[in-house]
Amino acid sequence: MANIGTVTETDFQAQVLDSETPVLVDFWAEWCVPCHMVSPVVEEIGNEKGETLKVAKLNIDENPQATRTYGVMSIPSLILFKGGQEVARVIGAKPKDAILRDLAPHL
Amino acid sequence: MDDLRNVIVIGSGPAGFTAALYAARANLAPLVLKGLEAGGQLMLTTDVENYPGFADGLLGPELMDQMEKQAARFGAEILPVHVTDVDLSERPFVVRAGDQEWRGRTIIVATGATARWLGVPGEEKLRGRGVSACATCDGFFFRDRELVVVGGGDTAMEEATFLTKFASKVTIVHRRDDFRASKVMSARALANPKVDVIWNTTVAEVHGDDAVSGVTLNDVRTDRSRTFAADGLFVAIGHDPNTALFRGKLALDDEGYVTVAEPRTATSVPGVFAAGDVTDRMYRQAVTAAGQGCKAAIDAERFLEDEAHGR
Repeated sequence: MANIGTVTETDFQAQVLDSETPVLVDFWAEWCVPCHMVSPVVEEIGNEKGETLKVAKLNIDENPQATRTYGVMSIPSLILFKGGQEVARVIGAKPKDAILRDLAPHL
Repeated sequence: MDDLRNVIVIGSGPAGFTAALYAARANLAPLVLKGLEAGGQLMLTTDVENYPGFADGLLGPELMDQMEKQAARFGAEILPVHVTDVDLSERPFVVRAGDQEWRGRTIIVATGATARWLGVPGEEKLRGRGVSACATCDGFFFRDRELVVVGGGDTAMEEATFLTKFASKVTIVHRRDDFRASKVMSARALANPKVDVIWNTTVAEVHGDDAVSGVTLNDVRTDRSRTFAADGLFVAIGHDPNTALFRGKLALDDEGYVTVAEPRTATSVPGVFAAGDVTDRMYRQAVTAAGQGCKAAIDAERFLEDEAHGR
């Protein structure tokens, strides 16, 4: 299972930017209702993709610096990082197949 | 077969959960497929002050949580899946979510409505980068910023009022010279010192590269345009019914709402009923949706009884 759980500003470099496999980061907050709908979908995607994709959650309230760095102005935002670079971004609550469609060219 | 249900409810707003509650209490063991926007539009609102029985008001998500628990208490099975396909061409009907599948003797469509976008240049590119349709989701990102809210209904008033918690200034842009919103909601917005209104004006374009920098406003009386600086744009111009699943399968009106045989909830397909905002272009209230959900469950129950008795 390729779910690395919670990432923070402190371990973002090691866990996400330096990762050999692509990482899908779920920018979320406790008070964001649509985030609670998307997070289980992200976990499912992580489980299905096995070793080809890691998924992680980043709490925007606790990590304002990373939130600003990546210009997140709407949550949920799912950002796919590959080789330390953002390669795709999915904004808002979308069904699983729509998320997978947006990520497919990069996986 | 064991996957054959008496009633499948598609949707989980006030209409869906009320239908589930009534169907469960009629011993029909309904299945509720919640959908991606589980809980419906009330999940994105803050205070609900007009749902009768709650004298002090309550939060939208709290109300939906109560409705879900109430339906579950009487035996509704509630699954967090998003329906992707339905087959209504023969009975039992088939409902699919990805590779999962259920069959239903009756179906209650309660898929609700989703916020409508302006469809102007720049809007889609900047969605999630300053363009939003959900103040409670994204207001947080606009502390001490200047915002534009487009619209003149209750949603626009609520969003504008809510956004003043964060923003330094909120300008409501409305295409007419009068709000459609209820008196209490518009009075509250207008009384807020951070709220301004620009009447008789539409938003024609959204500017910005990585973030919103402003909008083009168009005065509908003079047809003059001007640029207006803003850090964010919240769109609250109404809703469209969620009926893409049912196109070509159920009779829809010219705006895409499911047509029902008022005062009943029967659709064009016998055994399929519909309730809530997916049918309603006029009232769109939590309490009217709940009322219609109740009617749909009773209609489904009678339909099953008539069928059992060969009527």
